[in-house]
Formats: sequence, structure tokens, C-alpha cells
Amino acid sequence: MEAIDIFSYFLLLLLLLSGIKVVTTSNVIHAAIFLVFTLATTAILFILLSAEFVALVLVLVYIGAVIVLFLFGVMITRAPLGPNAELDNDQNKIFATLISISIFGIFTYILLQTFDSTVVIREGTSTKLLGEILLSRFVFPFELVSFVLLGALIGGITLARKDNALMDEDQI
Amino acid sequence: MSIQPILIAAAALFSIGIYGILVRRNAVMVLLSIELILNAVNINFVAFNAMLSDVFLNGQIFSIFIITIAAAEVGIGLAIVLMLFRNRETANINEFDLMKW
Repeated sequence: MEAIDIFSYFLLLLLLLSGIKVVTTSNVIHAAIFLVFTLATTAILFILLSAEFVALVLVLVYIGAVIVLFLFGVMITRAPLGPNAELDNDQNKIFATLISISIFGIFTYILLQTFDSTVVIREGTSTKLLGEILLSRFVFPFELVSFVLLGALIGGITLARKDNALMDEDQI
Repeated sequence: MSIQPILIAAAALFSIGIYGILVRRNAVMVLLSIELILNAVNINFVAFNAMLSDVFLNGQIFSIFIITIAAAEVGIGLAIVLMLFRNRETANINEFDLMKW
């Protein structure tokens, strides 16, 4: 077994452990921080799979913007910042464990049946080719996604601002 | 490194996200679990792109689109949670039962 194999197995283990901590920790801020760990290990995995531009986009968009947005959301909705036992719905726990383990079992069975052990880690970069393809073959979806982002931005501002037409004072 | 461990790890991350959606009570934590699921899908796309060594890099381009749509989804989702919090003074999803007869 080569060194890069051991490193990638360690990376996958780290990914899963931090993912489990995201859904099991009883502290809201710790969950956001563990999501940062999960996304960072995902970015390293993407670099190993020679998708370095996607890794950089992941770091910039997720760790840079989305996590900050989550922390603002936690603070604005006044979720309790310390450890909090009320965060989980305890009567759903057995049910949820059963469902997630069965989904994982089905996926693992199908994946092990379908794919042999093709080697995927190769050398080389793909950013130059990615830029050329994104601005030639995929230029229409690229522009469309920018309009989706604009629409989401305007929609988010419209929803979140204090507007008397949207907020009926009697309902509060 | 073969593709099987990466795919199985992505499937495990997907199941962890499903568990989080079903168990968490705070709406912001449910959005965090959705991010885990989208992340698992991104790992699958990039791994298949590397396995097929696609000339048009479809997997990487689709994962970039998924990241963008996820950012938009988080913005809208947090705005909706904020609106619910203003109207109902709570962010617990099991107290939003207006549609329940």
C-alpha cells in the first residue's frame, strides 16, 4: 500500500468522523465548526482527485460564505449557544438510525456490486480545460446560474427585511 | 486508491445527513444536514469524473453548479427560518404545525 493510499483512507475516516459530529453534537456552534472540518477534508480529497478548481470553489463559497451565513442564522434565531439537550428530537432517534443505516446498507451493496476497484487518483491538473469548457460548452447554464443567484439574493433580502406589508402585526 | 472507498464514504456521508434531517429539532441544524447531503453528491460527481477521465469534465462542472445552487438555497432557507422565527418566536420545526389538522 502506498503512502497516498494511507493518506486518502485517513482523509475519508476524518470526513466521516467530522460528519458524524455535525449531526450528534449538542452545541450549535460546534456543529458549524465541524461542518468546516468536513468541507475542508472534502476539498483535500478533491485536490487528490485532480479537481483543484472545485476544491478552491468549495473553500471560497462554503467555508468562506455559507458557514458565516449559518453562524449569523444561529445568532439571529437566538439558538442557545451552549450545550443544549433540546436540540434533538429524542423520540425520532431509533427511527432515524434505522432509516439511515438501511439507506447506507442498500447503497453499499449496490456500489460494491457495480464498481470494481478502478484506480482514480491520477496526476495532472484540470483548471485550464475546465475554464475553457465552462465558457464555451456550458456558457448558457453558467449565465443561467448567475441569474438564479441574483434571484435568490433578491428573494432572501425581500423575505428577511422587516416589511409591514409582509408582517401582520396581529399574528405575532 | 480505488473508487470504492470514496463512493462508500460518500454514501455514509449521505446517510449521516439523512439522520441529521430526521433527528434535529432546530431548523438551522436541518439546513446544516442538507449541506452534508449535497457535499456527498459533490464527492460522487468528482470521483466519477476522475474515474471516467471525461474529456468535457462534466462531473466537475456539475459539482460547481451544485455548490452555487446550494449557496442560493442556504440564503433563501435562512431567510425563511428568520421569517418563521419572527412570526412564531421559535426555530423548532416540530412547533410549526399550522398545516396539521
